[in-house]
Amino acid sequence: MFEKSVAGKRGCDVPLWDGPNGEALGSGYLRDEIPGFPELSEREVVRHFTRLSKLNYANDEGPYPLGSCTMKYNPKVNEKVARLEGFAEAHPLLPPEAAQGCLQVMADLESYLCEITGMDAYTLQPAAGAQGEFTGIKMVRAYHESRGNPRRVVLIPDSAHGTNPASAHLCGYRVEQIASDERGCVHLGFLKERMRDDVAVLMLTNPNTLGVFEPEIGEICRVLHQGGGLVYLDGANLNAFVGVARPGDMGVDVMHTNLHKTFSTPHGGGGPGSGPVGVKETLARFLPVPRVIRHEKGWRLSSDFQESIGKVHSFNGNFGMHARAAAYILANGAQGLREIAESAVLNANYLRKRLEGVYHLPYDSPSLHEVIFSDKHLEKHGVKTLDVAKRLMDYGFHPPTIYFPLIVKGALMIEPTESEGIEDLDAFVDAMLRIAKEAEDDPEVVRSAPHTTPVGRLDEAAAARRPVLRWSPHTEKSRS
Amino acid sequence: MTESKAAFPGNLRYTKEHEWVKVEGAVGTVGITDYAQSELGDVVFVDLPEKGRALVAGEELGTIESVKAVSEIYAPLSGEVLEINESLRNHPEKVNGDPYGEGWLLRVRITQPSEAEKLLSPEGYRSHVEEGGH
Repeated sequence: MFEKSVAGKRGCDVPLWDGPNGEALGSGYLRDEIPGFPELSEREVVRHFTRLSKLNYANDEGPYPLGSCTMKYNPKVNEKVARLEGFAEAHPLLPPEAAQGCLQVMADLESYLCEITGMDAYTLQPAAGAQGEFTGIKMVRAYHESRGNPRRVVLIPDSAHGTNPASAHLCGYRVEQIASDERGCVHLGFLKERMRDDVAVLMLTNPNTLGVFEPEIGEICRVLHQGGGLVYLDGANLNAFVGVARPGDMGVDVMHTNLHKTFSTPHGGGGPGSGPVGVKETLARFLPVPRVIRHEKGWRLSSDFQESIGKVHSFNGNFGMHARAAAYILANGAQGLREIAESAVLNANYLRKRLEGVYHLPYDSPSLHEVIFSDKHLEKHGVKTLDVAKRLMDYGFHPPTIYFPLIVKGALMIEPTESEGIEDLDAFVDAMLRIAKEAEDDPEVVRSAPHTTPVGRLDEAAAARRPVLRWSPHTEKSRS
Repeated sequence: MTESKAAFPGNLRYTKEHEWVKVEGAVGTVGITDYAQSELGDVVFVDLPEKGRALVAGEELGTIESVKAVSEIYAPLSGEVLEINESLRNHPEKVNGDPYGEGWLLRVRITQPSEAEKLLSPEGYRSHVEEGGH
């Protein structure tokens, strides 16, 4: 856009200003021009962004098996619902009497999430899973403080998402790692040994990042509770058992769900995200405000909760996502949600069955919604996980998550979700098998992939070591 | 068990967490091993402690960030930080290119010399790595 700029071109005609001469603002706030601001016609701007969008890869184009991210199809009916005038045009400062429909959607979604996860109350404010963790651990801290001692330590398994320790740290806790056992699950012996009265909470992902269900979850929760601690569930992997089992019944005290994963709202750059947090009754008084509450004359927003941790997002979070998720839950119903989990697990196990042997399976515990392979069998050909991921792009697939979880060397973390049909799963498997064959016969073609994408292999190390975060004519000059 | 192609210089002591230390009198030079840098991949940032900080053996002293992950660096010995390798700020790639030389991380004044006895020998560290060494 900057290179195409021609002085004097206009995208729209703004009427000449005939009001007072800027005194209302103060002359210090007026400027004649913005240096370097591109000047283009509307047609050129539209073509520029359309061209960029065609260089992109999207879920609506093909499989997106990014492990731990649950990149499922986003049904278009959700978009239709979110665009209803009463939702799309509602201003967050509307008086509650004029926004009853929006407030009801929020209250309904809270009650659906309570029913699905077995928790007692929800906040819809957090804008993502990581912010949900932060909100949840803030409430854990408030709970312990209300009992006279905030405690010092948060326990986190070594397979956890990196956001878990970051959230605990932001809330002023020291993080201690709990090693996984040979199944890839929490080592119950280590946990029992470590559990003392300085532990505030265990942050657990279930099924964990290996896609393995923690079979001792009940005992884990008992150990924490006996020592006066709490259990936080990172609900990133809820898609594996939504409609089948409920974290609240397992003994979890506080958890987040990702509407942009399990509940099909757009994800990543297409978000924004939404990470509602659910709590048991014991923690409900700490939930962020304002909360949607029922009055005789309908729904109201109330901040009248003395022990609340306060606000974690402006207004009510990303409301458009609440409308989409509520639509998704209603469209599927209890039986439909159960089938989602069953199909997600079936798809992951189909991929596992067809790829194991060719790709190394570091943990052979039963898989739920995702399967983790490693590059161990390819090592002898000098081909690494990163090369496989890049080569998959040549075959028209988004790569899986790589090098995570950290406890697997050269991990390839594949989550097909329930959305993919057998044809796409087979096409993905065929591409993976062909890449393994290429690694043997012609490793260079894999090592130098991708070959068919708009840009070739990027120098990720240079990008991280010397990042250029902002374009300017100056940086353009210094690079050439 | 797989044979490692990494280098294990004989004049160094090692930790299970893949740090090395070279003891010269009361001064220890610390870095990460060749195996560690090859596992991490391209190092993009190294976060080191302030000069003068007192370290206790085994505690986290900083972090090292690669294109794959952020990992903790642990103090192999107790002591006081004498000097950190300032050149890594602009050239973190030295950790990959020369982990036992120009890619050193910091020097410490050793306060508990006997701790060095408990560290791994080159052979001990090599077998730790070859057994899967996490």
